[in-house]
Amino acid sequence: MSAVGASEGSPLLAVRNLTKLFGSFAACNGIDLDIKSGEIHALLGENGAGKSTLVKMLFGVLAPTSGQILWKGEAVRIASPGAARRIGIGMVFQHFSLFEALTVAENIALSLSPGISLSKVAEEASRLSHLYGLPLDPNAHVADLSVGERQRIEIVRALLQNPELIILDEPTSVLTPQEADRLFETLAKLKSEGRSVLYISHRLEEVQRICDRATVLRHGKVTGACDPRKETPASLARMMVGSDVASVSAAGTNTKGDVLLEARHLTVPSRTPFAVALKNVCLKVRSGEVLAIAGVAGNGQGELFDALSGEYPVVDPTAVSIRGKAAGNLGITARRLMGAGFVPEERHGHAAVTTLPLSDNLVLARSQSDRKTFLAGGLLGIIRQAVVRIASKRISETMDVRKSGENPAAGSLSGGNLQKYIVGRELDRQPAVLIVNQPTWGVDAGAASRIRQALVDLAKSGSAVLVISQDLDEIFEVATEIAVISEGRLSDSYPAHDLTREKIGLLMGGMYGKTEGEVAHAH
Amino acid sequence: MRIELEKRANPSTLYSIVSPFLALALTVVAGGIMFALLGKDPGAALYSFFIEPLLDVWSLHEIAIKAAPLILIGAGLSVCYRSNNWNIGAEGQFIAGAIAGSIVPVVFHEWHSSLVLPLMLIFGMIGGALYAAIPAFLKAHMNTNEILTSLMLVYIAQLFLDWLVRGPWRSPDAYNFPVTRDFAPEAILPELISSGRANLGFALAIVAAVGLWIMMRYTLKGFEITVLGQSERAGRFAGFSSKRMIWFSMLLSGGLAGLAGIAEVSGTIGKLQPVISPGYGFTAIIVAFLGRLNPLGIIAAGLFLALTYVGGEAVQLTLSVSDKVTRVFQGLLLFFVLSCDTLIQYKIRLVFARLGQSNEGGAH
Repeated sequence: MSAVGASEGSPLLAVRNLTKLFGSFAACNGIDLDIKSGEIHALLGENGAGKSTLVKMLFGVLAPTSGQILWKGEAVRIASPGAARRIGIGMVFQHFSLFEALTVAENIALSLSPGISLSKVAEEASRLSHLYGLPLDPNAHVADLSVGERQRIEIVRALLQNPELIILDEPTSVLTPQEADRLFETLAKLKSEGRSVLYISHRLEEVQRICDRATVLRHGKVTGACDPRKETPASLARMMVGSDVASVSAAGTNTKGDVLLEARHLTVPSRTPFAVALKNVCLKVRSGEVLAIAGVAGNGQGELFDALSGEYPVVDPTAVSIRGKAAGNLGITARRLMGAGFVPEERHGHAAVTTLPLSDNLVLARSQSDRKTFLAGGLLGIIRQAVVRIASKRISETMDVRKSGENPAAGSLSGGNLQKYIVGRELDRQPAVLIVNQPTWGVDAGAASRIRQALVDLAKSGSAVLVISQDLDEIFEVATEIAVISEGRLSDSYPAHDLTREKIGLLMGGMYGKTEGEVAHAH
Repeated sequence: MRIELEKRANPSTLYSIVSPFLALALTVVAGGIMFALLGKDPGAALYSFFIEPLLDVWSLHEIAIKAAPLILIGAGLSVCYRSNNWNIGAEGQFIAGAIAGSIVPVVFHEWHSSLVLPLMLIFGMIGGALYAAIPAFLKAHMNTNEILTSLMLVYIAQLFLDWLVRGPWRSPDAYNFPVTRDFAPEAILPELISSGRANLGFALAIVAAVGLWIMMRYTLKGFEITVLGQSERAGRFAGFSSKRMIWFSMLLSGGLAGLAGIAEVSGTIGKLQPVISPGYGFTAIIVAFLGRLNPLGIIAAGLFLALTYVGGEAVQLTLSVSDKVTRVFQGLLLFFVLSCDTLIQYKIRLVFARLGQSNEGGAH
């Protein structure tokens, strides 16, 4: 397993004038890109800038409409992921494709040719994983592994093909800061062997830290190629967004208001074998506060949202209180009527129905809270389309939602614009309590700053805001209080200005003996 | 080599409107070929299948009679299918409704009152709804696949009806024929107009279809049905319960199928007999999809499918071909409707990959 350096001068991979059309829409428009041997190359861009389309073409998932891909100076046609692997391109996707019920070695063997024996795969995988500082037990079941460990399986799986170019799609979005540091060491080792890495990220600090060069995309075109170390985060962001990104002015209210949202010893068993159980979660959010819950993906954030929103109510009424009234056993509609608003993590098919127009998606969240305004005909429940459309227009204008046409299908909006609409839909009714899971997940920088400012402003106006997020930058921007969730347990909350990234990182790893002691003491 | 369906980025709106008509045209062409293979003149055969029935008052009445159950059932099924509940057992609910509705005229045949008919219709609806409640309960509380349970219950209903008319409900005056006693005049659904046999069932069907159309288009209930059909998770977020929707949609479609059953028995047959339906409950599935799961479209589709029944009888008489021709036409039609819809959403791609030879065989 030794990497072969490409001939000097010509880059390992060159992309010339690559274009991908979907109908008349150019997802990638005349892209030029060079990746040299032994460099870590960043691909930057907002959501919808064409990063994934470009990468899918490089990995043979999509066929380019026109343009050329040159591998070591020769034009190649990459027809399938298999073909990409054969010429030496490996890829680690953002969303893993692993079978949870199988072991690590079995999962790896699935992607290899059928003839190789399982024990040989296990041996090779464990050798590689130690070589690259990615310790893995080949006989462990995937279901028992953390997200970081699962990512290692994907990386080892890619390394087994002895690739010269490894593509990583947003690899650190699921890692703790400490886990990310280890990944960076692995990347440095790969680089020292002469392998190249194409690193897709929107985290500018990371890119500056580990990448040798960066290519920035915007609206399907290359807007800049630079050495990220010579740039500032602000200048990189400008290349991505095309304008300066407004910085969020933090909440910083000093007056402590009433507790508007409270969870008391909230315990929820896991609904499925692979879900996380919530264990004795206690939290309080006061009027004027933004409590941010940090944590690595898959530690119970979704389950906590489900229990707090009432999508899955719990038995104990006092486990969740909204504005001082017990609501644990009540459904989401009742909790909305008590003054709470909710923004789930997944936009498509949870917070919004993509095939339905925006106005219908407004009714989705507010059919009961705004029953008097939106519905006519008493029990018949006739939807007053005209009224709903006016409200929908108001929300779009307030949140600066960019869309084609007056009332397009939710699915036709970009991720950021749809998220602005979904957040705006709740803000529009001035909820006393707002619970948001991953408010700016996969959202471009411009929209993210707008959404964060809106959350901060809502708290300033006297509401209680709970933000569940994996993005530490975001958390420090919006939070007045911070708590960390790990394996379904929630730490105490600390004032935001008392915490550092390192402390949060430790809490994320589940090291909070002190906290557990305090919880036990509080009983 | 393998064939892949690749989702089209921008499916043509024009084609999705034209699709049912395209399917009709293809059905007619394929039917013409079938008649030619049978040694009949395709032109004449298609004429007597599709055109002749429209030129005659008697057969127009027959079309209305056959369209009524198709529209009633199809409209109910469209609500079910839109909410992502797959009731395939409307045929069984049709029979259950017919049996329940016949309790009054068969068991209490000595009671004469103007209340008999309304009671029969209500019992019919309840019977169909209760029969659909079985798969609804199994799906909502046992997580059972409603496609299988509702379909299997069809055979139970058919055999139960058979037993009933040969056993406890057999008429004492029918010389041992397996039928119930004839319904009294006040138990017969009246004719719509004086020129023929078409009865009030057709009016009921139109009212039900228009009512459901209004519900789907203008009300929160219709919105709830659409949302839960598209995404259960989004429905939960909206505060809608998918369990309650299983009950609602199954009881609604079952009730309408039951109403169709009692209307058919009361209006057209006048008694119960071992076989009361030429497969209306199954044909209504075609009607629902040909009508694009839109109750107004279903009125048109129901009339057209009724034409295939009447036309099938016509060619049987004039050209002496098998009555299975009707089934073939209905099958062709469903096939073409679904294929047209699929090809509008997806394009076919032939992939000439050397699977197995490559050492990446199972990689993706």
